Amino acid sequence: MVQPLSHLKESPSQTAGPYVHIGCTPNFAEIEGVYPQDLGHEMITGDVQGQRIRITGRVIDGTGTPLRDAMIEIWQPDAAGLFNSPAETRGTADPNFTGWGRCASDMTTGEFAFETVKPGAVPFVDGRMQAPHVTLWIVARGINLGLHTRMYFPDEEAANATDPILSRIEHQTRVKTLIGEDKGDGHIHFDIRLQGHNETVFFDI
Amino acid sequence: MTNGYVNRDRRWHPPSITPDYKTSVARGPRHAPLSFPTTLVEETGPVFGHDMLGERDNDLILNFAKGDGMAIGPRIIVHGQVRDEFGRGVPGALIEVWQANAGGRYRHKKESYLAPLDPNFGGCGRCISDAQGFYEFRTILPGPYPWPNTMNDWRPAHIHFSIFGAGFAQRLITQMYFEGDPLIWHCPIVDTIPTREGIESLVAALDMARTVPMDARAYKFDITLRGRRQTLFENRMEGL
Repeated sequence: MVQPLSHLKESPSQTAGPYVHIGCTPNFAEIEGVYPQDLGHEMITGDVQGQRIRITGRVIDGTGTPLRDAMIEIWQPDAAGLFNSPAETRGTADPNFTGWGRCASDMTTGEFAFETVKPGAVPFVDGRMQAPHVTLWIVARGINLGLHTRMYFPDEEAANATDPILSRIEHQTRVKTLIGEDKGDGHIHFDIRLQGHNETVFFDI
Repeated sequence: MTNGYVNRDRRWHPPSITPDYKTSVARGPRHAPLSFPTTLVEETGPVFGHDMLGERDNDLILNFAKGDGMAIGPRIIVHGQVRDEFGRGVPGALIEVWQANAGGRYRHKKESYLAPLDPNFGGCGRCISDAQGFYEFRTILPGPYPWPNTMNDWRPAHIHFSIFGAGFAQRLITQMYFEGDPLIWHCPIVDTIPTREGIESLVAALDMARTVPMDARAYKFDITLRGRRQTLFENRMEGL
């Protein structure tokens, strides 16, 4: 016999369901007057440093249909690579940038959109630099555990080529599922495919 | 430099594709996810201050009510602790909740169940855990309701929870169920959780000790987030 470890188990995930908007973006769900505005509505809160960009995209199911009831969150550092978080110990992030955004996909088109800045690079655990990227987290009806993925930038070919995460992907043909599409004028489009030939690489992180 | 978060036990969580919950079949990823250790990206996360909260954010009985009105239904208090896998309280955790009204109807334009809306119930609330990780909110007991899956599936009474810990790696959405609800054991969504032990960890206990006499019953619901590795040596990592 040995002493029991007594660690706890993480609370199991359950789907966010079709009405995630009621709790997370109630104003979007037309439940008005409870919160002044939906959390994560604005990532830029003042005179922000760096290049402003617009990220749009859709979450697409295995039949090719865009989800119209998903919620997408984004988490990223500022233009200098610093996170606006108490856990950031390398410096102080841009006070005019939250780094976190939340968007419900459009109930008709399924499109989500974030007005943000291009993130700076952040080191990997071994000190190597990761290519600039944004982290995305996707929940919806039919998704049993929130999905983590990343969007990398199409104009960062050299950095992408040495990125510790991208180079870890066994099937290198799938790397392209993590790179946004340059639409010009700082607009980057990123479709997330839940299944199929071009299924996005999701992370166990 | 931190030691990162304990990896997620994916055999404890629902798998991606669960055919008895039909919607997952076309929406659950089929490839194995890519595993890697948490980096600064996942070890940091947004912070939400108590100053963000309105006075009635944690009171679903009143936060959508008009005038002297109150939401209809059995009055309950839900309370508990947000802690990590090592049992440490998680302070400052943002908890957002949403639920159906006492008749099992959500206030949402895509909702079509015939039970009526309650004009004094919106169905959303939020709170932030205190310095030891404890939280509480007041609401009404949500009703069970039928949903389109097979021709006769009913959701047990439940409250949806969205939780932010200190790191984005801890991000979690789940549902809380109520002790004694027989529908828990008939629900294909509950049944996506592989083990009975896992399911029972989402069932809140009736807590008579915290009940407010002549006012509201209490249910206790503790939430466990992923654990952050921490050792006595963490301030002198060099050489270890």
